[in-house]
Amino acid sequence: MVVSVINDKQVNSIENEDIELQLLIEAIYLRYGYDFRKYSRAHIKRRVMHRLEISGFKNLSEMQYEIIYNNKFFYDILPDFSINVTEMFRDPLFYLKIREEVVPILKTYPFIKIWHAGCSSGEEVYSMAILLKEEGLYDNAQIYATDFNDQILRKAKEGIYPIANIKEYTSNYQKAGGNSSFSDYYISKYDSVIMEPSLRKNIVFADHNLVTDGVFGEMNLIVCRNVLIYFTRELQDRAIKLFLDSLCPGGLLALGLKESVRLSKLSHYFEGIAERERIYKKRLI
Amino acid sequence: MKYKAVVMGASAGGIGAISAILSSLRKDFLIPMIIVQHISNRSDNYITEYFNKLCNITVKEADDKEEIRPGFVYLAPPNYHLLIEKSFTFSLSTEEKVNYARPSIDVLFETAADAYREKLIGVILTGANSDGSKGMKRIRDYGGITIAQDPSTAEFATMPVATIKSGKVDYILSVKEIGEFLNSISVGGNYIEK
Repeated sequence: MVVSVINDKQVNSIENEDIELQLLIEAIYLRYGYDFRKYSRAHIKRRVMHRLEISGFKNLSEMQYEIIYNNKFFYDILPDFSINVTEMFRDPLFYLKIREEVVPILKTYPFIKIWHAGCSSGEEVYSMAILLKEEGLYDNAQIYATDFNDQILRKAKEGIYPIANIKEYTSNYQKAGGNSSFSDYYISKYDSVIMEPSLRKNIVFADHNLVTDGVFGEMNLIVCRNVLIYFTRELQDRAIKLFLDSLCPGGLLALGLKESVRLSKLSHYFEGIAERERIYKKRLI
Repeated sequence: MKYKAVVMGASAGGIGAISAILSSLRKDFLIPMIIVQHISNRSDNYITEYFNKLCNITVKEADDKEEIRPGFVYLAPPNYHLLIEKSFTFSLSTEEKVNYARPSIDVLFETAADAYREKLIGVILTGANSDGSKGMKRIRDYGGITIAQDPSTAEFATMPVATIKSGKVDYILSVKEIGEFLNSISVGGNYIEK
């Protein structure tokens, strides 16, 4: 039988590393104003430790020094802190539900304002734009696509994606109830596709940070999918409050598959339009 | 109770191996168990329901920010990584695949080791890749117990062999023996009457 020995040195080294991590996050906040203090710590730790490994610094404190004194280094690694894994018509059943339950509601407004919070590289924004076009709502819509990361916003604005993903995106589009041909919405060029410029007409891409920024307009629909999972409960509550305050009465909030308003303190302000697909409506009173 | 959690990982052949272990758990098994079974994206929750029916304690899919509690078996949802926070709650992530997998066993095991330290048992079952080897190493480095399914009894030996080869395994057991081991660890602790 093998006996496991707890190495005192190892136990202490876990705790010291966590101290270094906390200081690094604090340093980023003090120096640059990006607040990762209330992000999921396990998630941030993984991202930071991965960066440490590939950057060649001996320890977190050395990397922290570089972060404080070297602007360029920090902005080069800033994308580490957002998860930019996304796809066109991600979770096709979600878009199907949008067509079934949300579109009829949106049709009752003469003009609709939609906010994609945490839009990343834009695939889900263009997906919504396509859906709105097919449902005859696009011309009366203004879409706001926001993210805290300027680099990724630029990518979203360009709307250029690798052609390798097209097959999967086409399949998603069809499963999401697309009533045309997905290829109508992009132009192929070498090993990329460029989203149709007409899709971009009513989209504004802007900088906005869910941790630190406030309400900027009254929305009929807010889409924020797979962003809240990276926050602590406390920060999730802040974001949900921000969404609540940004919605018109009867406005709709759509979250990611494994996200919910139901664990938040503000749950009672929302009625479920499609609980399984995480689509909620701000109660009217 | 000395051990505060059991983390378990399986890939190809895992449904059978996990079923055998879950069906043998005592109904007063008080150590929370968290499982990553490599699973396709488009799965509905029939596997969760299947496991829940054959297990004496509740089997459910892990929810984001959910508190990890004794008397439950938690499954990682398809297409999300499952992380454990120091506050013993779950966090989900849609990050890139790790070892071509999402959920990844390494991601669960590494974050579990950070949270539970030496109070953790890690179990690697059948599978055709090496996801989980790094995680098992961390569990053992922090003083936890590591168990690999005996490769000669595993439907796919690659995963348990990979972790045994890394030299970081305390026990090599059949699924029957794993069930017995876990039950014996759970008995003799302080029970919390519901």
